[in-house]
Amino acid sequence: MNKEILYSLKSPYRESLDVTGFRFGNGEKAIAIVGAMRGNEIQQMYVCSQLIRRLKAIERRGEIVKGKEITVIPCVNYYSMNIGKRFWAMDNTDINRMFPGYNLGETTQRIADGVFSRLQGFEYGVQLASFYQPGDFLSHVKIMETGFTDSELMKLFGMQFGIVRVPRPYDTTTLNYNWQIWETKAFSLYTNSTDSIDEKSAHIAVDSILRFMAGTGIITTKVHHGFETEIISESGIDQIHSEAAGIFVSHTEIGAQVNENDIIAEITDPLDGETVSVIRSHVSGIIYFEYSSPLINENTVCFKIIKD
Amino acid sequence: MIKTIAQASLAVNEKLKIKKNSIKGGNGKMRLSIVTGIHGDELEGQYFAYLINSYLQENVELLNGTVDIYPAMNPLGIDSITRGIPLFDLDMNRIFPGAKDGTMPETIAASLIEDLSGSDICIDVHSSNIFLKELPQIRISVPTAKELVPYAKMLNVDFIWVHESATVLESTLAHTLNSAGTKTLVVEMGVGMRITKEYCFQLFDGVLNLMKNIGMWLGDVKPVREPTISLNGAVGFVNSDAAGIFVPEVNFGDCVKKGDLIGRVLDPLTGKIAADIAAVCSGMVFTLREYPVVYGGSLLARILMSEGENAK
Repeated sequence: MNKEILYSLKSPYRESLDVTGFRFGNGEKAIAIVGAMRGNEIQQMYVCSQLIRRLKAIERRGEIVKGKEITVIPCVNYYSMNIGKRFWAMDNTDINRMFPGYNLGETTQRIADGVFSRLQGFEYGVQLASFYQPGDFLSHVKIMETGFTDSELMKLFGMQFGIVRVPRPYDTTTLNYNWQIWETKAFSLYTNSTDSIDEKSAHIAVDSILRFMAGTGIITTKVHHGFETEIISESGIDQIHSEAAGIFVSHTEIGAQVNENDIIAEITDPLDGETVSVIRSHVSGIIYFEYSSPLINENTVCFKIIKD
Repeated sequence: MIKTIAQASLAVNEKLKIKKNSIKGGNGKMRLSIVTGIHGDELEGQYFAYLINSYLQENVELLNGTVDIYPAMNPLGIDSITRGIPLFDLDMNRIFPGAKDGTMPETIAASLIEDLSGSDICIDVHSSNIFLKELPQIRISVPTAKELVPYAKMLNVDFIWVHESATVLESTLAHTLNSAGTKTLVVEMGVGMRITKEYCFQLFDGVLNLMKNIGMWLGDVKPVREPTISLNGAVGFVNSDAAGIFVPEVNFGDCVKKGDLIGRVLDPLTGKIAADIAAVCSGMVFTLREYPVVYGGSLLARILMSEGENAK
């Protein structure tokens, strides 16, 4: 394993931001894995740290295929993580909205450029992604439909669901989208949580990435079979929005099977405790996203359900 | 008449409401919409909205048409000194056209678009951010330049910047409205979290002039300045390559020659100059950094190139 600084940025008042990569094996750039790009992506960094721990053992056992290189970047934006901010603290910009980056541009464009220049040329790319709202996901893998990748490849992760997303304009400056434009087959991997560590789903994610590496001939390690992945488009997912505001009380959980018209949550008045809204499932299916904050506004996505 | 055009319940005992003031005069059918406050840290538009609002109400007999004023598109942001929409960390100007069946920000965006659509002209007033000060200008993407530049010239700004379009900007209010046939002009002026009265008066004169030109204003107007029109590529960007505090050596609006000292990046700990910052081209400094702390990459200035100049 080689630990190296892939990009360094001087700060006026802090130690340099040194984006660190861990390289395993030598040869063709087989796969790159990127963890936290936002300061609250603790779980995403943790998954990478556990992946690195496993890859060290795999390398010691000689199970990395000769001529294959693996790079893991656990945390790009630890500056924000260390001071409890989500985005780049100086200007509140999101590094994952700055790709492919620009080496003569603004600070986060330069960080994106510095990182992206080291991520190009890989055959596969995996980003540990997070959602912008407070909530928990059923672990899944996602690709953006750009015409440059094959959704069937998601099956090699062995996760329960593989989701195909049609990119929107704001997606065009993300790492995942630009990786694909630069001909890396890119995947976003979502685990249960973001700003706290969920040990179980972290290890599911690590196993899934190792399973993908085994399935694509990068490592020879035996990884147990996962799920027979069901590939669906976002149109196969029902979103439930809150029809009132108040305190959100869930009556279900991630991964639960629900039937149409089941009561899955209620919203109570935050001042007098009366129920102001009962939330029912519109469809039969599996809960794959659940809102997790106690307070909820009107018209907030509180559940996403993969339809049967 | 004040109307609420979008609203949503917040968690505890409060509603988010977005309002407009609709001022009508005469029998004219033209409608001008003035929008500001999409970014909660940009306040120049607040004073400008007050100026135009109070003046039109006091002189409504000279108005021939409808002026809709939307002073606070992102009221929670303005109220909490937050650029984006608080809670969501979302840039409101990246979620248009929104969706009627979407999340709270998306449903609000969709309601705003619905209300603004059909305006003959819409003016979206921004004021840079807290880092940079901008000379009054209008920004127009290349595909809409032919249609919009004639209106932009009426608005009494110092220059018009015609820039390349980018896919990510397709989620802006202006792009959405222009695509739907509502002519929308984006004004940038001043600096975030502050009010520059002279710029607000400058734009005020420009808006009255535009209204006069399209038959919505029967009163007198002041002559407006002839803006410089910068076609794509005629702007030089000066970014810092060093970290430290930036202290300018030029004034906003100065004309500089290529290689002139624009400012210095200084290291307060060592007492050394971290970098001398030189002009990348000759021309007028129309953007200048206000917030002193800089990293590598921080934008320090933009220069409107003199004719025949090249930054490379």
